[in-house]
Amino acid sequence: MLKQDLSSPPKGFGGVFDFVLRQGSTGVIWLGAIFVTAWSMWLISDIVFNGWAGLSYDFLTHTPTNAGREGGIAPILVSTGLVLAICMAVSFPIGLGTAILLSEITATDSWWGGMIRRSLDVLAGVPSIVFGLFGNAFFCNILGLGFSILSGGLTLACMVLPILIRSTEEGFRAVPIAQKLGASALGLSRLSTLFYILLPIAVPGLIAGFVLGVGRAVAETAALIFTSGYVDRYPESWLDSGRVLSIHIYDLSMNIAGGEAHAYTSALVLLILVLLINQTASHIGLRYLRRGVT
Amino acid sequence: MNIPTTIEALDLSSTIIQVENLSLHYNRKPAFAEVSLPIYRDQITSLIGPSGCGKTSFLMCLNRLVDLVPLAKMSGQIRFNAEDIAQKKVNVVALRRKIGMIFQRPNPFPLSIKKNLELPLKEHRTKNKAEIEEIIQTTLEAVGLWKEVKDRLRHSALLLSGGQQQRLCIARALVLEPELLLMDEPCSALDPLSSATVEELIQQLKEKCSLLIVTHNLAQARRIADYTALFWFAEQTGKLIEYGPSAEIFNQPKNQITEAYIRGERG
Repeated sequence: MLKQDLSSPPKGFGGVFDFVLRQGSTGVIWLGAIFVTAWSMWLISDIVFNGWAGLSYDFLTHTPTNAGREGGIAPILVSTGLVLAICMAVSFPIGLGTAILLSEITATDSWWGGMIRRSLDVLAGVPSIVFGLFGNAFFCNILGLGFSILSGGLTLACMVLPILIRSTEEGFRAVPIAQKLGASALGLSRLSTLFYILLPIAVPGLIAGFVLGVGRAVAETAALIFTSGYVDRYPESWLDSGRVLSIHIYDLSMNIAGGEAHAYTSALVLLILVLLINQTASHIGLRYLRRGVT
Repeated sequence: MNIPTTIEALDLSSTIIQVENLSLHYNRKPAFAEVSLPIYRDQITSLIGPSGCGKTSFLMCLNRLVDLVPLAKMSGQIRFNAEDIAQKKVNVVALRRKIGMIFQRPNPFPLSIKKNLELPLKEHRTKNKAEIEEIIQTTLEAVGLWKEVKDRLRHSALLLSGGQQQRLCIARALVLEPELLLMDEPCSALDPLSSATVEELIQQLKEKCSLLIVTHNLAQARRIADYTALFWFAEQTGKLIEYGPSAEIFNQPKNQITEAYIRGERG
């Protein structure tokens, strides 16, 4: 009797219902996956098809002329690099330090840590235009840095920090408690525990945070339009105004009639840039991980 | 509580640790209460009893690892080398160098075999390379791991088998030359063969230091322990029910609960 129950499939309404439910949910999952993939494929292929023709060595090394309709994007790449460099140079040490403070030094249930965490989560969701206005008010006006690469970089750092901190903190939390107990039981100092045991394990989270942060920073428009400005010549110093790639794309596609072709090519350059940063970061991460073994 | 008189009659100068009225609370919830017992020098003492009666917590008090648990509150005295190590102001780093600990699951660091041993050495004993090499070799020989790993000291410790990992963890504790080694069910996560190897090693370690072992394996406690303490859950908290030489505990237990537990009727 039991054997028969196990071997024969369920019959009647229940069986049909089960079948429909199973096939139906499989279908929904596939549809979702296809939709997401198709959407991003369409986006990327649109940029590649329309931008590829304009991509050349000259495009990368010449200054823009005729409001960007002709020429290249060399000064824009320089400004982008500088803004990004400032953003990361400021946010990385602060982010790492705060993550260590949150995950390793403050107690998990402390009121203070909880407050910081909640504020960071709120900050991570704040629209970038708000950061832009804040940056304009604080860095450009109050600190008197004006429309400059420095103001832009610092504003971006404020914007990227919440993501960077939270994801790095997750990386540290991924370290098994057994490892921390093991290190404590040997009387290892906090510093050696951090360097030899926590950091190597936390590196993937750190890299993820870094990539997410850079990705958000390099693609940022709203926060920079009010802080680093949109002058398309080479910046002369940290305190000079400069136009970053995303603003260039925005300007060409919205304000300049006949700028679409170069807007597409600039978008392609931005896409490749993000991909390169992504690859480099994970490559460094892997090498760092292997270092611990040999 | 019922501690047999034979204990009091023993020479107290041979104790390495004297615990007096030790209690521990986790956020007002008691883990164990009013435990008093001596731990004898160069002997193996085992802690037995059912789960949840505070054996591991007791172990973690002795090297103050319990400090890492939020809201844990300890009271009472632990005399170790004429010092009360239950005091807040005690230098826990120096303490943990003298009282090592082995955990239930082997927890080698995700580094090379050599780095695992080097890390505590460099931190506490010496930075001299030749000396480090020598200590690493003698310690690995002492835990019977040298022949197995001498050609792959630079490989990840995580590639070792469970039993090898546990012996590496024991070696990692031994490089600091601890006076007392705390072991929290060191064999329970291992297969029978590795378990036997580690058990054999524990018996040899008696020559180097004193040992305090939590175990759920009564047969193991009977085989290797010179002294045995039975913890029990009573009055909403962990209590020390009976303590004495293993032969007495296992052959002529004074407490009825001990007798039932030993015979497998309770627990």
